[in-house]
Amino acid sequence: MANGTLQIKAISGHAGTVPGKNTSRDYDVCKLIDVTTCIGCKACEVACLEWNGYPFRETVFDNTYQTMPDTAWNYYNLIRFNEHVNEDGTLSWLMRKDQCMHCADPGCLRACPADGAIVQYTNGIVDFQQENCIGCQYCVTGCPFNIPKFNPTTKKVHKCTLCSDRVGAGLEPACIKACPTGCLHFGTKDDMKDLAETRAAQLREHTSHKDAGVYDPPGVSGTHVIYVLHDINNPERYGGLPKDPRVPWMVRLWKGPLKWIGNFGMVAGIIGVAAHYMRFGPKAEAEPEESKK
Amino acid sequence: MTNGWVDIKNTDMMLIMGGNPAENHPCGFKWAIEAKRERNAKMIVVDPRHTRTAAVSDMYVQIRAGADIAFLGGLIRYAIENQRIAKEYLVNFTNAAFLVQEGFKLPEDGLYSGFDEESKTYDRSSWNYESGDGRATPNALPGNVAADLTLEHPRCVYQQLKRQYSRYTPEMVERITGVPKEQFLKAADLFTSIRKDGDMKNVATIIYAVGWTQHSFGTQIIRTAAMLQLLLGNVGRAGGGVNALRGHSNIQGATDMAGLFDSLPGYLKIPSVDDKDFDSWIKRTTPTSSKPADWDSWNYYSNTSKFAVSLLKALYGPAARKENNWAFDYLPKIDREYSWTHIFNEMYEGKVKGLMAFGMNAVAIGPNSQKNIDALKKAKFLVVCDIYPEETSDFWRAPGITPEETKAIQTEVYRLPGAGFAEKDGTFVNSARWLQWKWAAVPPPGDAKLDQEILSRIFLKVRELYRKEGGAFPDPILNLSWNYSIAENPSLSEVARELNGRALDTGQQLPGFAALKDDGSTSCGNWIWCGSWTEAGAMMQRRDPADPSGLGLHPNWGWSWPMNRRVLYNRASCDVSGKPWDPSRALIWWNEEQKKWVGNDVVDFKPDSPPKDHMGPFIMNAEGVGRIFAPLAAFADGPFPEFYEPTESPVENALHPKRSKNPVAERFRTAMDKYGTPEEGFTIVCTTYRLTEHYHYWTKNNPMNVQLVPEPFVEIPMELAADLGIKGGDKVKVTSARASYQAKAMVTHRIKPMTIDGKKVYQIGIPIHYGYRGIQEDAGRTARSLTNSLTPTVTDPNAHTPEFKGFLVKLEKA
Repeated sequence: MANGTLQIKAISGHAGTVPGKNTSRDYDVCKLIDVTTCIGCKACEVACLEWNGYPFRETVFDNTYQTMPDTAWNYYNLIRFNEHVNEDGTLSWLMRKDQCMHCADPGCLRACPADGAIVQYTNGIVDFQQENCIGCQYCVTGCPFNIPKFNPTTKKVHKCTLCSDRVGAGLEPACIKACPTGCLHFGTKDDMKDLAETRAAQLREHTSHKDAGVYDPPGVSGTHVIYVLHDINNPERYGGLPKDPRVPWMVRLWKGPLKWIGNFGMVAGIIGVAAHYMRFGPKAEAEPEESKK
Repeated sequence: MTNGWVDIKNTDMMLIMGGNPAENHPCGFKWAIEAKRERNAKMIVVDPRHTRTAAVSDMYVQIRAGADIAFLGGLIRYAIENQRIAKEYLVNFTNAAFLVQEGFKLPEDGLYSGFDEESKTYDRSSWNYESGDGRATPNALPGNVAADLTLEHPRCVYQQLKRQYSRYTPEMVERITGVPKEQFLKAADLFTSIRKDGDMKNVATIIYAVGWTQHSFGTQIIRTAAMLQLLLGNVGRAGGGVNALRGHSNIQGATDMAGLFDSLPGYLKIPSVDDKDFDSWIKRTTPTSSKPADWDSWNYYSNTSKFAVSLLKALYGPAARKENNWAFDYLPKIDREYSWTHIFNEMYEGKVKGLMAFGMNAVAIGPNSQKNIDALKKAKFLVVCDIYPEETSDFWRAPGITPEETKAIQTEVYRLPGAGFAEKDGTFVNSARWLQWKWAAVPPPGDAKLDQEILSRIFLKVRELYRKEGGAFPDPILNLSWNYSIAENPSLSEVARELNGRALDTGQQLPGFAALKDDGSTSCGNWIWCGSWTEAGAMMQRRDPADPSGLGLHPNWGWSWPMNRRVLYNRASCDVSGKPWDPSRALIWWNEEQKKWVGNDVVDFKPDSPPKDHMGPFIMNAEGVGRIFAPLAAFADGPFPEFYEPTESPVENALHPKRSKNPVAERFRTAMDKYGTPEEGFTIVCTTYRLTEHYHYWTKNNPMNVQLVPEPFVEIPMELAADLGIKGGDKVKVTSARASYQAKAMVTHRIKPMTIDGKKVYQIGIPIHYGYRGIQEDAGRTARSLTNSLTPTVTDPNAHTPEFKGFLVKLEKA
C-alpha cells in the first residue's frame, strides 16, 4: 500500500471486478492520532524504542507523568501530558503523542544544505539519511514543530522516520501496531482525513467537545501525521502544538528569495567577469620590478 | 465479570468506579473506547483522582476515597424517586417482591437487628424472608416465600430498599462523598437515563476493580452496585452486568482454583470443624430452593454433592470411597480465619512458623509492611520462589535493620528460581472467565524451574518422609492422587485434563458438569471448569476468532466457565415471555416451536423450562432471582449495604455519628497495629494505586519500565502543596500511624481539595510500585520505602481484603 507497488491488478479464478482496479488512489500515507481516545499508556513510546533499537536511558522525575521533557535524538516518540483547567473549573488532562509530523512542505528539507541528507518519498514520508548529514542543524531551525534532534557524539540529526523501513515493506509503523485503544490509525491520507473528519463530527454532535476538529495545518501544506483534537482552536494546550505552523521566514528567505538573489548575484558575477574579459581581454602581466630600480 | 471484556462494546453507559482500566487494563479498555466510538456510549468516571480513565470520560466526578456506598446508595434513591427502574425485571427476576420477616431492622442508627456488642458479630436469624405458609424457619430460608407482586407491602424487599436509601439524599451524598449536589444529580441523571420512562432497550454496565474491594466494607460496595444493576434491569444482558476487572493475568484462575482459605476449587465451601462427616458438610453447604409458591427455582447448587464427590475422587482417587465418607476426613477443616492478614498476624504472634511464598511478594503486597517484616523475623523458615531478588526474600536487610540486627535474625531463607510467565505454558483465566491456553515462548533460563516441577519435587520429598517416618496423619499425603506421566514435573495439559474430569469406568473426558455424579463414578478437579478439555479436545486451546452474532461472544475462542457461557444469567436478557429486551443485542430467547431456549450465547438456564413456569434466571441462587436483599449468612455486615466510614477517617459518619465504622470489620490488635485519628494530626486521606507503566513490584527490575516512570512519587493537590510550601519534585515525607514513606512530590490539579461534612479535606495518592530492591533502589536513587508500610491491617469481614484505600496520613517536606 505504501508505495503502490503491491496494488492488485488481476486475481486468478476471481469472478467480478478486481477491488480497487482502475480507481485513482492517493498513495500518500498518513498517521491519524485521535487524541480524544488516547490514554497516555506509552505503548507507542516503547514500541518506537524497541523497533529502532534504542537502549534504556536514564530519566529523572519531573513532576509529571511525561517520560522526559522533550523528544530526543534516540527518543522519537513522546506523549506530552498537560493539565488544562477549563473556564468552568473542570480539568482536561490532555495527552498528545508528539513526533515528526511529516509535513508535505517540510521545513527541515528546505533548510538542509547537504545533498541527500533529507529525502521526501512519494508517499509523503520525510526521512533523514544520516550518512549524508553534515551536522549543521539547519533542519532544526527549519522545523516548526521542534522535532529534529542532534546527537552530539556522532554529529548527526535524527527524528521519527514514520517507520519508513516497515512501511516500505507493507507494514504499519511500530507505534500504530502497539496502540491498545486504537487511537492510532494508519492508511492513505484521504482515508485518514475522512476518518478524522467523521470522528470530529461525531465528537461535536454527541459529546461536550463542540470545537472538536482535525489538525492538518495548511501552513506546511498539510502533514502526514494528523490529529483529532477536542478543541481545534487551542492546539497550543496540547504541549505546544503550534496553531499555524509555517516554515520559519529565515529559512524561506534563505532558501527562497535570498537563494535566487544569491544565484542571480552569482550568475551576474560570472556574466560580469565574461563581459569584462571580452571588453578588456586578459589581465596584462605586470612589468618586471627591476626596471623601476 | 458477569459479562466479558469484549462485551463492553455493547453498552450504552459505563459507570467506572473503584477502578482505573485505562491505566491498569489498557488492552481491555479498548472495548470501552469502542463503545464510545461505535455506539456513542457515555462514560462516567468516579474516582478520588482525575486518572487517565477520567481523561477520556464524558463526566468525571471526584469522590472521597471510601465514600462509594454513599454515592451508589444515592443513585439507588435517585432511580427509585424518578422511577427510572426496570419494573417487570424487578418484580419477576429479583427478590423485590419477597417479604422480609418481622423483627428485621434497618440500620438507621448504624446497626441492623441482631448485633452483639461483645463479639462484634451479628445474629443474622432475623435477616430472613417471611414464610408463605406461616411456618417459621429459623436460620434457613423458607421453601415457600411470601411475596407481594405489587411491591407495596411495607415489608417487601422493594419497600425496605426504598426506606434504606431514602436517607441517601443528594445533600447527604454531598456531605459524605464531597461530590457537590448539582454534580451528583447530573451524574445520577446521566447514569439512570438509560431507563428513562421505563424503556428497557438501553443498557448500562458497571466496571470496578480493587478500588472497591480494598476497604473495610469492600464487599458491600460491590453489593450496592449489583443491587443498582438489578434495580435498573442491567444484569444478564449484553452490554450490562457488574464487571470486576482482575488485577493480574490469572487472578481469576487463582480464585477459581481456591486461592482463598475458605473455598475449595470451584468455590465449594471448605468444611469447618463442626462438619462431622461428608453428609453434614454437604447438608450445611447445599441450599434448598426458596421462592414464592407458584414460581420455579432450579437451584443449581442442589448438585453440590456431585461436585464435591467428584473433587474428592480427583484428589484421592481410589482412596475416596463411599465407605470412608469419600475421604472427607482428609480435607483440611477450618476453625478460624486463615486469610493473608491472619497468617501474618499469627506469624507475628509466633504461632505460624514458616511461609512458602510463590508468585507473591509478601512483604510488599500486604498492609503494614513493617509488621510483616517483623513477623518474618520470628519465622523459622521462609521459602520464596520468584524471578527477581525481591523484598520478601531480602526482608532481613530491609531499610532500618542494622547489620547487627540482621545477624540476629534466625529465619532460614530459601530462594528458589522460578520461571516467568513467558517461560511457562498453561492457562490464564481472564476477568471474563475465559480459559485461554498459552504456550511457552522461551525456556526458563539457567537453574530456573517451572512451578509445577518445584512444587512436585517438594511434595514427593514430603511424601517420602511421611512414608518413612509416619507422622500424625499421613493418609491425606500418602493417598493423594498423583498419576502423572512424569511425577516430578507433570505436564500442565495433563493437569488441565484432570481438572476437567473424566468418567472413571470409560476413562473418557467429561463433556460438562451435568455429567458429574455423586456415586464415585466421576472425578473432576474443578466442577466449573468441567467442559474445558473434553473428548472433542482442548476447548481452552481454541483460537477461532469468528463472532457470528457480532456481539463479541467469540464462542470458539478459548473456553469460558461455566459451560462456555459468555454472559452469566443471560435468561434475564429477555422479558418474562422470553423475548429479548433489545432484539439487536439478543443473547438467547425462547423458541416456542422447539420448546427450548436458543440463541447466540450458551443458555445459562434450564434449557427446556418454558417462560410460563416462571423459573428465575439466577439459577445459582436458591431463590432463582437476583438478591436485592441478601438473607441470612450471605454477608457478615448486613443484608443491605450501609455506608460506614473507613477505619481511619477524617470525619464521623454523617448518617450515624455514634456508629461511624463498619461494626464487624476486622481490626488487628498487636503492638504494630496502630490506627491514626484526625486529633493526632492525621488529617489527609491517602489512597494507593498502580501505574500503567509498571506492573506491581516486578517492573522496577526492567530498564524500559523504569525509564518511563523512574522514581516513586506522591500526588499532591496544588492547594495542599501551596499550604505546605511544597513544589513539584521536592522530597516529601508521608506519615501514618504505622510508618513513614519518602518520595518526590508530584503537584497536580488532578486532585482537588474536598469539602466533607463542612470540613476541608485533602486527599493524596501514592503508587505502590517501589520498594528496596530494583534498578533504582539498588543504585540508591530512591528512599527505598514500601507504600504499604503506611497502610493499616484492617480487613473486609467477608472477603478479608485489606483497606489499602482511604487511610489517614500527615504530609511534610522531607
